[in-house]
Amino acid sequence: MSGTFVGMPAFPEAAREAVRDATLRGNLRHATHTIRAKRAKAVAEVPDWDRLREAGKRIKDHTLLHLDRYLEQLEASVTAAGGTVHWAADAEEANRIVAGLVKATGESEVVKVKSMATQEIGLNEALEAEGIRAYETDLAELIVQLGKDRPSHILVPAIHRNRGEIRDIFRREMGAWGRPAPDGLTDTPAELAEAARLHLREKFLRAKVGISGANFMVAETGTLVVVESEGNGRMCLTLPETLISVVGIEKIVPTWRDLEVFLQTLPRSSTAERMNPYTSMWTGTTDGDGPRAFHLVLLDNGRTDTLADEVGRQALRCIRCSACLNVCPVYERAGGHAYGSVYPGPIGAILSPQLRGTGSEIDASLPYASSLCGACYEVCPVAIDIPEVLVHLRERVVEGGQVTSRGDKVVLKPAKGHAAERAAMRAARWAFSHPGALRTGQRLASRTRRLHPRTLPGPGRAWSGTRDLPEVPAEPFRDWWRRTDGGKDGVK
Amino acid sequence: MSARERILGRVRRALADVPRDDTPYERAVVRDYLREHGERTVEQTVDLLAENLADYRAVVHRTDFDELPYLVMRLLAERGSQYVLVPPGLPPEWMSAADPTRIHDRAVSTPQELDRVESVVTGCAVAIAETGTIVLDGSPDQGRRRITLVPDHHICVVRVPEQVVSSVPQALERLDPARPLTWISGPSATSDIELDRVEGVHGPRTLEVVLLPS
Ligand code: SF4
Repeated sequence: MSGTFVGMPAFPEAAREAVRDATLRGNLRHATHTIRAKRAKAVAEVPDWDRLREAGKRIKDHTLLHLDRYLEQLEASVTAAGGTVHWAADAEEANRIVAGLVKATGESEVVKVKSMATQEIGLNEALEAEGIRAYETDLAELIVQLGKDRPSHILVPAIHRNRGEIRDIFRREMGAWGRPAPDGLTDTPAELAEAARLHLREKFLRAKVGISGANFMVAETGTLVVVESEGNGRMCLTLPETLISVVGIEKIVPTWRDLEVFLQTLPRSSTAERMNPYTSMWTGTTDGDGPRAFHLVLLDNGRTDTLADEVGRQALRCIRCSACLNVCPVYERAGGHAYGSVYPGPIGAILSPQLRGTGSEIDASLPYASSLCGACYEVCPVAIDIPEVLVHLRERVVEGGQVTSRGDKVVLKPAKGHAAERAAMRAARWAFSHPGALRTGQRLASRTRRLHPRTLPGPGRAWSGTRDLPEVPAEPFRDWWRRTDGGKDGVK
Repeated sequence: MSARERILGRVRRALADVPRDDTPYERAVVRDYLREHGERTVEQTVDLLAENLADYRAVVHRTDFDELPYLVMRLLAERGSQYVLVPPGLPPEWMSAADPTRIHDRAVSTPQELDRVESVVTGCAVAIAETGTIVLDGSPDQGRRRITLVPDHHICVVRVPEQVVSSVPQALERLDPARPLTWISGPSATSDIELDRVEGVHGPRTLEVVLLPS
């Protein structure tokens, strides 16, 4: 993954720093709580939510279990529609392909619409090294790029910045990148958005190359789908002459009809809207409308290794809605940066160690960055059992065993007594020593009891080996206390 | 070995534990979710569309065929637009009373040229009541994608009730994936600054939807 995170301290150290930062904590709390409540409302509007969720899960599972077939079908349909398909086994290969495609156009700048895949591979840095400047055009990504910062949330990457900080960044940095911020810029969101509109418009209008990811790729038709809010996606997908989309191989759905499930579940789960403002769908190239050349770069970069793990492969169902971040008590306190990866929160805790392996301290500690409360599973629109995968990965860290790495089966050594285990233990202690995290954790634990193993996996095993875990009570003490006002009047 | 062979080979090895399953796709996924939510008359569906469009801050107008040209004229005048983009197949009657200079989007027009145009008037392919969405598919009365993107003011005419469907599944049935599609639900917006919704970043900041009975 991106070099940006090299040398990242393991989860508990990074989390401790975040907890000390009062602004960050305040922003995160406000943001996650707001969106959490809105999401619940948007989901409640749809009486068949559970059935949509189940269908989404099945579509994705079926696709993953026949991924070779659908990849070949997608390649054929994109090619038939006038696109060119490239395959990239890892980040370096993907970056080389994209840089080569940009150079072939003779251009030295590109406009980009927010894409997790290109962040994952560190594309901007790779292009920079080749003398190509990549402009991020999503408002939040712009804030992050101008602030020389890292994203901290999948959907709202600048969630850790408040309006005053954003104004300061715009005033200070916009001039160096193009049109400076208007004089007398205040910190009202409307003015800040206007400043971004003006700054980016000149870039959109002259852009010759656009780079995107995609939310979905339809194997049957070769259609790519980008879901967004601001219109920067439409700009990048429509105005340039050349469009390059870098997309993880797990983003496939088999048929056109499958979109009817995800276009209902994704907007409600992510921005808590019935529908996001803009969704673009394109199939290859269209004469006289939009880019004349379309390149699709299919990215593996650890995805096939993840697919090889029977328990862990469900992480590939993820549609990156970020609902699991917003309900996670650990994320709320630790912040996105602590996860040391472009994928923060619960999904990051199961995806990063699988995509990258558990070799580094941060990756070994990620499966412990959780109190296993199960809230993430409850909200996930494709029903990824994140606690189950966390438990599985903890076992892998501690006991070692066979895994697939870059397509080869290798045997991992147990982390016992190593730095990785110590990092992991610290992460576990951290997650359990935060009363707020624990409270939510306990509450949800009782609703997801069947998920909880009778013996603690990982470092807890030595302790639980000699005794059974206490049963999680049907109603946790704290809930009971609140409900009965401390058992007054003998209420049970 | 090419990257393609390498990746496909890795996928096949990764799935070696999975028992072969040749169930055709139509039967592999149970689809017991609803085709639409709730039962409504045709009029109620149109009302729901209007309500949901307005909820996401599109401005909704209702008019009839005779009044449409005057409504379009008024909306453009209120906006103070000097130029208006019109797609090649827009019914000329719609624009018959409008004052601004009509601009046709030619292949050679540059984005910078389009950026000087304040407004655009189009039809649509389908509108979705449950989500308050209009979908454009590049038909002659809608034009290239860029003309509804660069101007700051979009007037979109929806023929009711025949262009209105209840739900997302019904909309997909009507759309042709081979065409470039743009789904629009309210004006462009961002919640990136402290999750405060702000209308209008890059797409049109004002979206006016005209419901036109046929
Ligand atoms: S794991 Fe589920 S809830 Fe989390 S981002 Fe992915 S799809 Fe959304």
